[in-house]
Amino acid sequence: MRKKSLLVVTVLLVMALVAGCSGGQEATNEQSSEQAQQQEEELKVGIVLSSGGKGDKSFNDSALRGLSRAEEEGLISNYKYLEPKQVSVVEKNLRFLAENGYDLVIGVGFMQKDALTKVSKEFPDTNFAIVDEVVENDNVASITFKEHHGSFLTGAFAALMTNRDEIEGINEQQVVGFLGGMDMPLIHKFELGYTSGVEYINKTEGTNVKAKVAYAGSSPDAFNDPAKGKEIALAQYNAGADIIYHASGGTGGGLFNAAQKENHFAIGVDSDQDYIAPGFILTTMQKRVDNAVYDVVQSLKNDNFTAGVKEYGLEKEGIKVSLSGLAPMTKAALESGDITEEQADKIREMKEMIPSEIKDKIKKIRDKIIAGEIDVPNYLEQNN
Amino acid sequence: MFENIEWKKIMKELSIPLLAIVSSFIIGTIVLLATGYPPVETYSALLKGAFGGLNNISDTLLASTPLIFTGLAVAFAFRCGLFNIGAEGQIIVAGLAAAWVGTWTGLPLVIHIPLTLIAAALAGALWIFIPAFLKAKLGVHEVITTIMFNYIAFSFTAYFNLKVLAKPGQIQTPDIKSSAYLWRLSNWIEMHSYLNLGFILALLVAGFIYYLLWKTTIGYEIRAVGSNADAAEYGGIDSTKMILVAMLISGALAGLGGAERTMGLYHNFRNGFSPGYGFTGIAVALLGRNHPVGVVLAAILFGALTNGRNYMNMLAGVPVDLVNILQAIIILFVASDLLFRRMLNYKSEGGQN
Repeated sequence: MRKKSLLVVTVLLVMALVAGCSGGQEATNEQSSEQAQQQEEELKVGIVLSSGGKGDKSFNDSALRGLSRAEEEGLISNYKYLEPKQVSVVEKNLRFLAENGYDLVIGVGFMQKDALTKVSKEFPDTNFAIVDEVVENDNVASITFKEHHGSFLTGAFAALMTNRDEIEGINEQQVVGFLGGMDMPLIHKFELGYTSGVEYINKTEGTNVKAKVAYAGSSPDAFNDPAKGKEIALAQYNAGADIIYHASGGTGGGLFNAAQKENHFAIGVDSDQDYIAPGFILTTMQKRVDNAVYDVVQSLKNDNFTAGVKEYGLEKEGIKVSLSGLAPMTKAALESGDITEEQADKIREMKEMIPSEIKDKIKKIRDKIIAGEIDVPNYLEQNN
Repeated sequence: MFENIEWKKIMKELSIPLLAIVSSFIIGTIVLLATGYPPVETYSALLKGAFGGLNNISDTLLASTPLIFTGLAVAFAFRCGLFNIGAEGQIIVAGLAAAWVGTWTGLPLVIHIPLTLIAAALAGALWIFIPAFLKAKLGVHEVITTIMFNYIAFSFTAYFNLKVLAKPGQIQTPDIKSSAYLWRLSNWIEMHSYLNLGFILALLVAGFIYYLLWKTTIGYEIRAVGSNADAAEYGGIDSTKMILVAMLISGALAGLGGAERTMGLYHNFRNGFSPGYGFTGIAVALLGRNHPVGVVLAAILFGALTNGRNYMNMLAGVPVDLVNILQAIIILFVASDLLFRRMLNYKSEGGQN
């Protein structure tokens, strides 16, 4: 008898839960329609993040920062971000935003190409943008970056630095490292740019710097695996590397950890990462996704949104490798108290320790790349 | 009288999983309140995402399909007293096999679909063959070997996909031919969901497994070995053979799950193909009490949670990780089944006294 009564209670509880839920649902709907009326004139922007998610201190955070800036400057009242944990959910997320009347739907990352192609066709009146891929639809702006140019500059810089063994943290061996996330063409574009930069220095300076290359894995998880990143970084440091550049999203956290532990250097990627391990991250190959995303929002606000490819390179500071002073994220971190003034000083000291001769050389190489005097190989074009 | 006993038995079997689910939602509510999210809104978003409208119901069933297969795989092995922790490896190897056979040209549909399904099932069985052989002949514990084979499968499929099947510059294999498609319901009904015939296949297979386990000699022998291998051996059952057979069937079941993903959902193989279907399958089998009907119900519950959580994220802004907490609590409660049972028995006996 007891068991039966227990069961009855269980069933009642479940029913209560269901009833409660359906009641709440109506309330939510009413609320959202009210909100919709209020915000009729405001731009609604939604963004679907890539597998690293919010807080990757890299790609996604950079995109979100662009939207925050748009919000602060009053271009938009607020924005919604979604974090699909599986690639198969991306399509659902994009459609949800389009269905719910978002004026601009942004997809972050190359893995959203198929889904965004499909959904942007279903909603021809909605504007879309995709970062890091090209979707050829009339309502899609495709934001791409010349990562190979930035990586080339980074490789040249690492190769020049590794020869200066008088600097603390630099060893006698002429070895630098590269840590990739997922083993795939887009990341090979970074790798090839980097190694070409190293070779360029070997040719022009007569040095013999070797680059060690490793990847964290072959699935999207490889962009979010700091433990693996640390393992690879430690192995490369032990093999004589003193500067490691990464293109691995959240996996890079492990590299920064290893750099601190081994007292060597790392180079960040995508969004300014100098502040994550103050004094150990020489510089960051910044892809200013924030500027690009902001540009798209602004163009929509000014009614001159255009579809097509928008390629950002070294010339418009769409890509930047900063060797002096504090980069934007570091400044923001200092303002918000994420790093202390002492830590900021440590970063300034480190940047000052970079010989001005090297800074000059890097500036010249940068100008040559922009002028097209140096031909930087693009993995994606070579392998198409 | 007889019906009454049956009914009681079923209710008894159901009570533990139901209690676990309800408790997990109660604890989930506490977690939500503690982190400052509105529970009613969150759960209604979960419910809406899982069952609100044709698309969402279809997506729930779509999410549950591979879990039915892996759940059956784990449950079937368990009926023979074996733990197949390797369903994850089996499902991805089978998915790759289906992606390969699916690209063969010049085959009519009536041959290509069964051929691809069989290839996937064989690949799944092949992947468990060495652990099965080692267990049956040498007594090597299958938990260790099947886990190890998962890692081999991850690396093997990644290599085979990127270096052999995929065109240079691509991260997935070429799409399979339309003659190997498991038809999607969207061919007939206007909807976005990719729900396909694989779900019907899963239900048929679940029915077949029920028939096999409880209505045939081989099923009886497998269950006998599962209850007590020595006693079964004494009764004239070849336990070595039964262990081998049970594990191979288990691997084939997981393999069919991989076939559904390739032939119905993705139409190709990509790395990151399975977000842990094999491991979730263990939880599904546990919650479903290793019974085909239970497995189907548990898989649909887990499918609903996985699918609904996206809406939780979209509508209520709750991180999707919360659903992982809910799932973990359910598993925890089901795993502590014995404790529950003791408590229930203790109480009812106390009442009688």
